[in-house]
Amino acid sequence: MSRLEARLEPSRAMMLASPLIAAAAMLVSGSLLFSFLGQEPLHAFYVYFIKPASTAYGIGELLLKATPLILCGVGLALGFRASVWNIGADGQLTVGAIAGGCVALYFQDVEAVWLVPLMLLAGALGGMAWAAIPALLRTRFNTSEILVSLMLVYVAYLLLSYLVHGPLRDPDGFNFPQSRMFHDAALLPLLFEGLRTNAAFPLSLVLVGGAWFFCARTFAGYRMQVSGMAPAAAAYAGFSEKRNVWLGFMLSGGLAGLAGVGEVAGPIGQLQSSVSPGYGFAAIIVAYVGRLHPLGVVLAAVLMSLLYIGGESAQMELQLPSAITGLFQGLLLFYLLAADLFIHYRFKPAARVSALPAASGGNAA
Amino acid sequence: MTIDDLIPFLASTAGAATPLILAATGELVTERAGVLNLGVEGMMLTGAVAGFGVTLVTGSATLGLLAAMGAAMAVALIFAVLTLSLQTNQVATGLALTLFGVGLSAFAGKGLAGQTVEPLPRIFIPFLSDLPFVGPLLFRFDGLVYAALLLVVAVGWGLAHSRPGLILRAIGESPDSAHAIGYPVIALRYAAVLFGGALAGLAGAYMSMVLTPMWVEGMTAGRGWIALALVVFATWKPRGVVLGAYLFGGVTVLQFHGQGLGLAIPSEFLSMLPYLATIAVLVFISRDAHTILLNKPMSLGVSFRADH
Repeated sequence: MSRLEARLEPSRAMMLASPLIAAAAMLVSGSLLFSFLGQEPLHAFYVYFIKPASTAYGIGELLLKATPLILCGVGLALGFRASVWNIGADGQLTVGAIAGGCVALYFQDVEAVWLVPLMLLAGALGGMAWAAIPALLRTRFNTSEILVSLMLVYVAYLLLSYLVHGPLRDPDGFNFPQSRMFHDAALLPLLFEGLRTNAAFPLSLVLVGGAWFFCARTFAGYRMQVSGMAPAAAAYAGFSEKRNVWLGFMLSGGLAGLAGVGEVAGPIGQLQSSVSPGYGFAAIIVAYVGRLHPLGVVLAAVLMSLLYIGGESAQMELQLPSAITGLFQGLLLFYLLAADLFIHYRFKPAARVSALPAASGGNAA
Repeated sequence: MTIDDLIPFLASTAGAATPLILAATGELVTERAGVLNLGVEGMMLTGAVAGFGVTLVTGSATLGLLAAMGAAMAVALIFAVLTLSLQTNQVATGLALTLFGVGLSAFAGKGLAGQTVEPLPRIFIPFLSDLPFVGPLLFRFDGLVYAALLLVVAVGWGLAHSRPGLILRAIGESPDSAHAIGYPVIALRYAAVLFGGALAGLAGAYMSMVLTPMWVEGMTAGRGWIALALVVFATWKPRGVVLGAYLFGGVTVLQFHGQGLGLAIPSEFLSMLPYLATIAVLVFISRDAHTILLNKPMSLGVSFRADH
């Protein structure tokens, strides 16, 4: 550490450059990994990172998969700004999907324009209800919200599994663990002919705008930011920690619940035993890579979405295991955390090190 | 339910408790040194896949266990470099380690699914294992069940009475004072993180090499997080880890023996029990903020930099 010195103030340039450095480092290690696996690195790189996004259909898929990541990521970012650690977004997403799905299945004979909005509302409330548990236990009993929210992810998975194996199973579905397909009125409208991108994507962008407004223009958003950056100052100013915990969990839980409805009323079209390949966890990386800023989260979500569809493309064309996606996601966050060092520190300029002995009048060497 | 039903239930409790004891004891030592490593789940998965893979290839369980410890220490080292040398946020870095471990193990274990290895041999302790009731209950386990308990005793004694243990606690309570006296805070924290990594790796290997014994993606299913909760439950004291781990082991085993015990509950709800029990126990312990404050290492989760 001796060659590093603390900056007088955090570097704004480094703050913006650090995600780019992390992404570049991830791409380089990715290429190295490809060649280690016996692939021609440039070709594998092309198949993984460029080809999937080079067609209109591919871009549609990119935005489709980015949508739940944006919704979960922006919610988590709001909480993380205030050091409220909700890491159970995948559980809140799952419960949101269950709530929205129940509405769709209950009104299966109803062809009405209010059905999808009602499903979205139910999903948001479901996610909020699931997020309320860690918030309540944290504010009432001082219980670690990290561990409680994480435990509830597994409970939510099991709840969904129980429902699609039991009460909600499609009676004509040959005993497959899945519900009836939702009818057309319970599906989110598609945006373009031939693409799977649906109305959840523009909705997520509107909510990002709302989140930005909340952070930048409201007193509640300001209180959360101060509490995260300077807890002592926030306490002195009388900002309530409990209110931050509740706000952080309600916002992130509600958004994750919406993401769940977006999946079951979108590309999936029914309740299945799993409705998320870990979007709620990938969203943690999205929030960090997006600098906990709503607009940054959008860019980070698109990058993370590219990792998902790139993984599928590499599996189909190069026979690489799609699990490589998870590896890249983890690497990306490691690189980002390492690069963030240079927000607060910098390398000591070499000149000053050699100047010191000269100034003191003698040089041992 | 008769005594004959009870023995296999209680005996498999020990099996389910052992990985929890190992991982939680490792994390306890790490946290006593002032470092919060939320990557236990990732390290366990790394150990599970490495131990299983090496055992499958070499046929040697010893090599498998060593590989599990080595692999988990290697990923723990990434965490140590980031948090200790580069001062990154411990919560974020720990989450990163878990996400990385999940991805790495899924990737590395792609070719291992569906195969199985010979579980560790059980040690039938002479004479004692032939005793009625207590024999099968206490004296017919594999070596790691006993080793885990011995380890807890050793760590408990070491933290309370040995010089390195006391220094470790000092750097967890007040790294600045410990540094001022001249103790190598960073080096000892590295050692503590690596120790935690080795034990988490062993815990993961116990699951993939003894309990199942096979490799399934994400097979630890939150055990690493439960181990983290156990450290809080134990109020950072090793003996509490054993009590908690056996309690949780029992709850975990209940889901497999639930039907046999005549519980007419869907299996999914029985599988929820360990997670719900973790939440209940955390609430029970944490509601008394005073106890937590008294026992929690003062500088837990706070970065330390020597030159300020």
